[in-house]
Amino acid sequence: MASGRSDATTDADALLAQLRAFEGRPSGPPAEARDEVNQAMIRHWVDAMGDDNPVYVDEESARANGFPGVVAPPTMLQAWIMRGYLSQPDGAWKAQRDASGEASAQEQLFDALNAAGFTSVVATNCDQEYVRPIVLGDRLTVTSVIDSVSPEKHTGLGDGHFVTTRLEFTDQHGERVATMRFRILRFRPQSSRPKDVALRPRPAITHDIAFFFEGARNGTLLIQRCAQCGVLRHPPRPACASCGSFEWDTVTASGRGTVYSFVVVHHPQVAAFDYPLPIAVVELEEGTRLVGDLIGIDPADVEIGMPVVAEMVAVDDELTIPMFRPAVPVGAGRVGAVTGDA
Amino acid sequence: MSPAVGFQDATAIAGIAQTAFSKHLEPTEAELACTVIVDACADAGIDPSEINALCSYTMEATEEVDIVRNIGCGEITFFSQVGYGGGAGCGVVGQAAMAVATGQAEVAVAWRSRKRGSGPRPWTSTSVQLRVPGAWTRPFGMLRPVDEIAMLTRRYMHEYGATRDHLANVAMAVRKHANMNPAAIMHDKPMSREDYMASRWVSEPLCLFDNCLETDGALACVIVSAERARDLRHPPVYVHAFAQGLPPEHQTMVNFFNDDPLTGPAWACARRLWANSAFGPEDVNVAQIYDAFSPLILLSLEGYGFCKRGEAGPMTENGNLEWEKGSLPVNTAGGGLSEAYVHGFNLINEGVRQMRGTSTAQVDGAETCLVTSGEGVPTSALLLRR
Ligand SMILES: [Zn+2]
Repeated sequence: MASGRSDATTDADALLAQLRAFEGRPSGPPAEARDEVNQAMIRHWVDAMGDDNPVYVDEESARANGFPGVVAPPTMLQAWIMRGYLSQPDGAWKAQRDASGEASAQEQLFDALNAAGFTSVVATNCDQEYVRPIVLGDRLTVTSVIDSVSPEKHTGLGDGHFVTTRLEFTDQHGERVATMRFRILRFRPQSSRPKDVALRPRPAITHDIAFFFEGARNGTLLIQRCAQCGVLRHPPRPACASCGSFEWDTVTASGRGTVYSFVVVHHPQVAAFDYPLPIAVVELEEGTRLVGDLIGIDPADVEIGMPVVAEMVAVDDELTIPMFRPAVPVGAGRVGAVTGDA
Repeated sequence: MSPAVGFQDATAIAGIAQTAFSKHLEPTEAELACTVIVDACADAGIDPSEINALCSYTMEATEEVDIVRNIGCGEITFFSQVGYGGGAGCGVVGQAAMAVATGQAEVAVAWRSRKRGSGPRPWTSTSVQLRVPGAWTRPFGMLRPVDEIAMLTRRYMHEYGATRDHLANVAMAVRKHANMNPAAIMHDKPMSREDYMASRWVSEPLCLFDNCLETDGALACVIVSAERARDLRHPPVYVHAFAQGLPPEHQTMVNFFNDDPLTGPAWACARRLWANSAFGPEDVNVAQIYDAFSPLILLSLEGYGFCKRGEAGPMTENGNLEWEKGSLPVNTAGGGLSEAYVHGFNLINEGVRQMRGTSTAQVDGAETCLVTSGEGVPTSALLLRR
């Protein structure tokens, strides 16, 4: 496995090294099942699950299906070594102190993750591998090992490390009967504002309009032009209303224009936008109009007729759109209201 | 342009009904639709089994087949839906009337049932991929109809010197009428100019009270031939003229890319409506004007020719839009702003009440009523007479 991303900071590298030192260490002391595998617990389980397979409850059926006797449902594996909820008033992990009373490796690992800000947890995967059927009378013991800690990953929930714990289940003879790998994500909770997940609405990019958004991504503001009669049009569409031609190309706009109208959106607010949000219809000097956010100006200073220039802004990884800022900085030396009406 | 052949006064609205209007009604939209259609038939004195035309909005959730199965209609021989949300209403009634006028059907029902009060706001999901028109507004944060109408309003105010006081005049006139109408959601809530000015911005220059209500409710009306209507329980309310309008270069609601954004679909619709009519705007006694947003009333007053371009602001002054002294009382039951917002269908039923003489803000001696659907979107209008 690669050792850390090339762009990782020294801090992140140091943390990862610290976390990786836990790999291979027992998470805590072994845990022994309090009861042998028994029919009563199996019955409760299959009733709760609605599983009517007779091999879990009927000796004859089990033998007829090639088992040595009644078998436990395989997915019941973890149930055999679970502590009762009320037997752990201080929480599961504290109960796993070893004899010396030292914090377990798992506690130490989680403390290190907490200290680095990865304070939230979510279970992500559970894989079980069965060596043999577990049968009535088996007495299981589980030992758990910190299997692996991933480098920092970017996820939808936030940035974090995946921690995989490997649990080995053995029987009363010390023979392995099953292995379980349990993976969690310890992640840094995102700030209360879900800016990273709330994206602006996506335009459906059809054949007719793709050029506009590709142009924006390349830093240009494009206007569709009829290839036959030269009329400019926005929003784009397949055919020219003036001459009927379906042939078109584009021209690159200068980006200069004036505010034709504008709104300041206040309420209710939707994530992905900053409010109050000034939005303008800009009349480009080429003559077409389009909508764009206004940037670099206090909403109270916006006026119809104000000269503006386009700027292509990547609002997220996928979407770049034109925005407009005042052509002349607004502020102290303002020279009266501009009235460049259409 | 010559009048539509054989349409003028050929049909009449013989029955109307509505549910309660509320922020939340328990029944489903389908139940509300069936209930209100049956009630409208009862109001007309016609059995639902006689219905053979059904017309509604493309946005209506209850399909014709569900209406038919639930209320026991016979064979339906005409059904149609009209698009563009709030622009549809008068078109729905107009198409039902055309079906009756041309003999495609004898008893037509138009309806709208909507739980916009307790259901989701349609614009709130920003994760849905946008259809093409939205690509030019939504990524920039113009998520809602109010933002698009606010954009037009700012330009309108700039070009003609209209003010927030003019918008307040509209909102207050409509509220005053709602205060007279016990069925209106805002019946008990008077509104002063100070209340209006103090309300929060939604999309500047539009504030909270420039916006319509969010309502659960349903309405329906029954259209039959004028001849049959004369034999029924209520005085006939004739469908004198009807028109739809979708101007060149228009885009659903974002009407600010073309040459003259301030002459929207209402202008196209009005040209056809007046061509179809024996009357002109000067003959209209009372108007029900689609008001999802208060500035739509200003734009519509100009579009339908009640004043010249740019003069709608001053026309709102001196209580001119108010019962009972105004020259043109508008939205006499409270409209979308203050009675209920059911995609404008409540304006149609109020037009019928004015012609029956049963409005809670009855305009004395009113003989004609204009009803319009949403300006800003492809739209429609009806001229009713008694
Ligand atoms: Zn052309």
